[in-house]
Amino acid sequence: MSNIFTSSIGKKLIMSISGCFLVLFLAFHMCMNLALVFSPEAYNAICEFLGANWYALVGTAILAAGVLVHFVYAFILTIQNRKARGNIRYAVTAKEEGVSWASKNMLVLGIIVILGLLVHLKDFWAQMQLVEILGHHTNSYGLTPTDGAGATLEVFGNPIYCVVYIVWLAALWFHLTHGVWSMLHTMGFNSKLWMKRVKCIANIVATLVVAGFMLVVVVCCLRANGIIG
Amino acid sequence: MNLTLKIWRQKDAKSQGKFEEYKVQNISPDSSFLEMLDILNNDLIMSGKEPIAFDHDCREGICGMCSLHINGHAHGPDSEITTCQLHMRKFKDGDTITIEPWRSAAFPVIKDLVVDRSAYDKILQAGGFISVNTGGVPDANAIPIPKADADESMDAAACIGCGACAATCKNGSAMLFVAARVSSLAKLPQGKVEGARRAKAMVAKMDELGFGNCTNTGACEAECPKAIPSRTSPASTASSSTLSSRTKSRTLTQTTEPRFLGSVVYIDN
Ligand code: HEM
Ligand code: SF4
Ligand code: FES
Repeated sequence: MSNIFTSSIGKKLIMSISGCFLVLFLAFHMCMNLALVFSPEAYNAICEFLGANWYALVGTAILAAGVLVHFVYAFILTIQNRKARGNIRYAVTAKEEGVSWASKNMLVLGIIVILGLLVHLKDFWAQMQLVEILGHHTNSYGLTPTDGAGATLEVFGNPIYCVVYIVWLAALWFHLTHGVWSMLHTMGFNSKLWMKRVKCIANIVATLVVAGFMLVVVVCCLRANGIIG
Repeated sequence: MNLTLKIWRQKDAKSQGKFEEYKVQNISPDSSFLEMLDILNNDLIMSGKEPIAFDHDCREGICGMCSLHINGHAHGPDSEITTCQLHMRKFKDGDTITIEPWRSAAFPVIKDLVVDRSAYDKILQAGGFISVNTGGVPDANAIPIPKADADESMDAAACIGCGACAATCKNGSAMLFVAARVSSLAKLPQGKVEGARRAKAMVAKMDELGFGNCTNTGACEAECPKAIPSRTSPASTASSSTLSSRTKSRTLTQTTEPRFLGSVVYIDN
């Protein structure tokens, strides 16, 4: 018989636990970023605290593992599910009532999220934690690797990067509107009452997380271009 | 009403199928969809052609035999009905209607619009029953059952096994069907006893037969002729059910409100 790694329900649970972990990480990351809006010094203090210290490295490794699990299972699921649909597709399809667009495009949205993540890792992780790991003292922006505030000004000073980040975050928003709902549903919050609450909770969580990140992008862009102080 | 029909024709399971176009004339808006197909078949037989094969039996929405994917919807463009309960007044004069068989790897086409849905029977055979000793019929009121539980069980028992859920689902998942059958039994004291074993066996069979993995899109619920709620789904499949250990299963079945224990872990022990 089957087990958690191979059964359909087991895979569902793996998606939801890994997704939940990623959402919690995002919420934490977003809160840290908000510090930057109020005080670049405070933000840099956080960057310094994390840096390439052992706890930050352990965190990064666990996070990478979480992304990997979610990513690998997303592909396994999607490939198996396409196979289960059979070789011949319907000639005519119609939208079922109450079925969200996001729920049917989770893999595509996830792929956009991963691509954005790669850009993001190149812009920040490779300029900060990686530089410290390698034992260098300045990054290619000419800044110390713990100067997160400086790095954001470098990146978001370029409006093209701001647009890329905003598209990335928009895809994340769609992914989370279905993802958080689905995750809670999978975990069992599915009584008559909770089904409605959970939809609302998912929209709130997705919006708060994405709006928090977007705010930072916009504020940095305006600051870097001297529009606000 | 005069209509153009685009219908999937396929000689047998092995042949390649294709759409063929037919015209039907003077159809009453009050006739049912299947009556309209009967009229077309009559014409085809009269002109010496092979009639279109489609499944049906009770024609009153209870047997689950009728199928058909009509204009992109399982059971056609009306909610909470089966194809046999669909009427031509839902269409407009001059419409083109596309009629396809269920498309799902686990439901192969046998001929034209008829698919093999024995996969659902196999899932039921794997555990969708209650074991009882034969003997005298027990008094129906001997075991008190809370009204709310009885209602939920009856709602889930409304499933007619038509296959629309798997046919609609972008993942080809049979989760709604399995969840309906698991919950309708597990909600009652008689069915609770075997709840975990039943759910494990049915889910394993469902996976084995090549159905896909549920990702909670909810399309099944939208197209289900009996409006089985998708909240019945993964979690309650698990509800009475799929657990990591025997102890957990004991506490689960005896003391807890199942639905909050949600989906799942089940590991063979
Ligand atoms: C930070 C990034 C991400 C977060 C916070 C996140 C979050 C989530 C959550 C909470 C779910 C719902 C799980 C469930 O259904 O129970 C989910 C589902 C899904 N995710 Fe992600 N995800 C992220 C990145 C990705 C990536 C990179 C991919 C793939 C390329 C991906 C693909 C999917 C797919 C296909 C599903 C649907 C499976 C399902 O609903 O069961 N996700 N995600
Ligand atoms: S759950 Fe609904 S759609 Fe699925 S087989 Fe039962 S009645 Fe048909
Ligand atoms: S023919 Fe029995 S449900 Fe439609």
